[in-house]
Amino acid sequence: MALVTYATRIGGLWLLRLLPDSPRLQVWLRAIPGAVLVAIVAPTVLSGSPANLAAAAATVAIARLSGNTLLALIGGVACAAALRALGG
Amino acid sequence: MFTRSSFVAGLRATIPIGLSIFAYGTVFGVLAGRAGLSLAETSLMSGLVFAGSSQFAALTLWGAPLPIATIIATTFVVNLRHLLLGAAIQPYLAEVPLGRRLTAMFFLNDESWALTMGELEAGNADGAFLLGSGIVSFIAWSSASVVGRLAGSIVRDPERLGLDFAFIAVMLALLAGMWRGRSDLAPWLVAALASLVIARLVPGNWYILAGALAGSLWKAARHVEA
Repeated sequence: MALVTYATRIGGLWLLRLLPDSPRLQVWLRAIPGAVLVAIVAPTVLSGSPANLAAAAATVAIARLSGNTLLALIGGVACAAALRALGG
Repeated sequence: MFTRSSFVAGLRATIPIGLSIFAYGTVFGVLAGRAGLSLAETSLMSGLVFAGSSQFAALTLWGAPLPIATIIATTFVVNLRHLLLGAAIQPYLAEVPLGRRLTAMFFLNDESWALTMGELEAGNADGAFLLGSGIVSFIAWSSASVVGRLAGSIVRDPERLGLDFAFIAVMLALLAGMWRGRSDLAPWLVAALASLVIARLVPGNWYILAGALAGSLWKAARHVEA
């Protein structure tokens, strides 16, 4: 497990040597971070559970308004816990 | 560039996120205990593998006799997204000596990578930020695994406490800071749609790779050469 995981971690550094450098490649690389995060969260956020959706909205709203990551995390987790306790 | 100041900035900036990693790290520890892993096995896995989603996946496969080949193959597939993370960060590490690069990349994780990419793109830091950030994530994850494994009998239902949501909350908070305007809308929608569809149709974590590739390649394909 450890070895194959490390292989994936360093493999990306060499992946690029296989591709020709171009402005389009740079656009692709810069678009990766947002796309990865969206792809990770989408199934959970849009799972049909109102608690998850509301907690996600709370997290994003607090992060945007306060710019404070920790506050957003605590708010989001607290919101998820509270709504689940209510059966959401 | 690989400076001490960026290293320290990485350490500092990751502490709030480290708390969240700690929260779902304890979830992993609790579930590891339920899957039958000893304290030593739990801490070894978190310390050596240090990749949450693949470790959760391994727990679902854990049993006697241990399906070693299946676990290793699943781990590889779940962690394939690291290739994309590495490709995106590579241009910023090109000048860093190989030893440091390989060390920093051991600590690569979703949260530290997202945080580091934001700083690198803004020109606020260099590659050492990833190492500093990764070490904080590593300490949070591995210590939380131990705490969760030990506390397993006390915390009966970590989901009721919302602790499993901590991972998604980190991603959302980082995502909120990545929004650069309307040009992000279409690729993000494509990424969300692709990941939703693949999550429904294909078991495992392929949806991350599928969504990430769909969204980022969409943007690259629409790029008009100047």
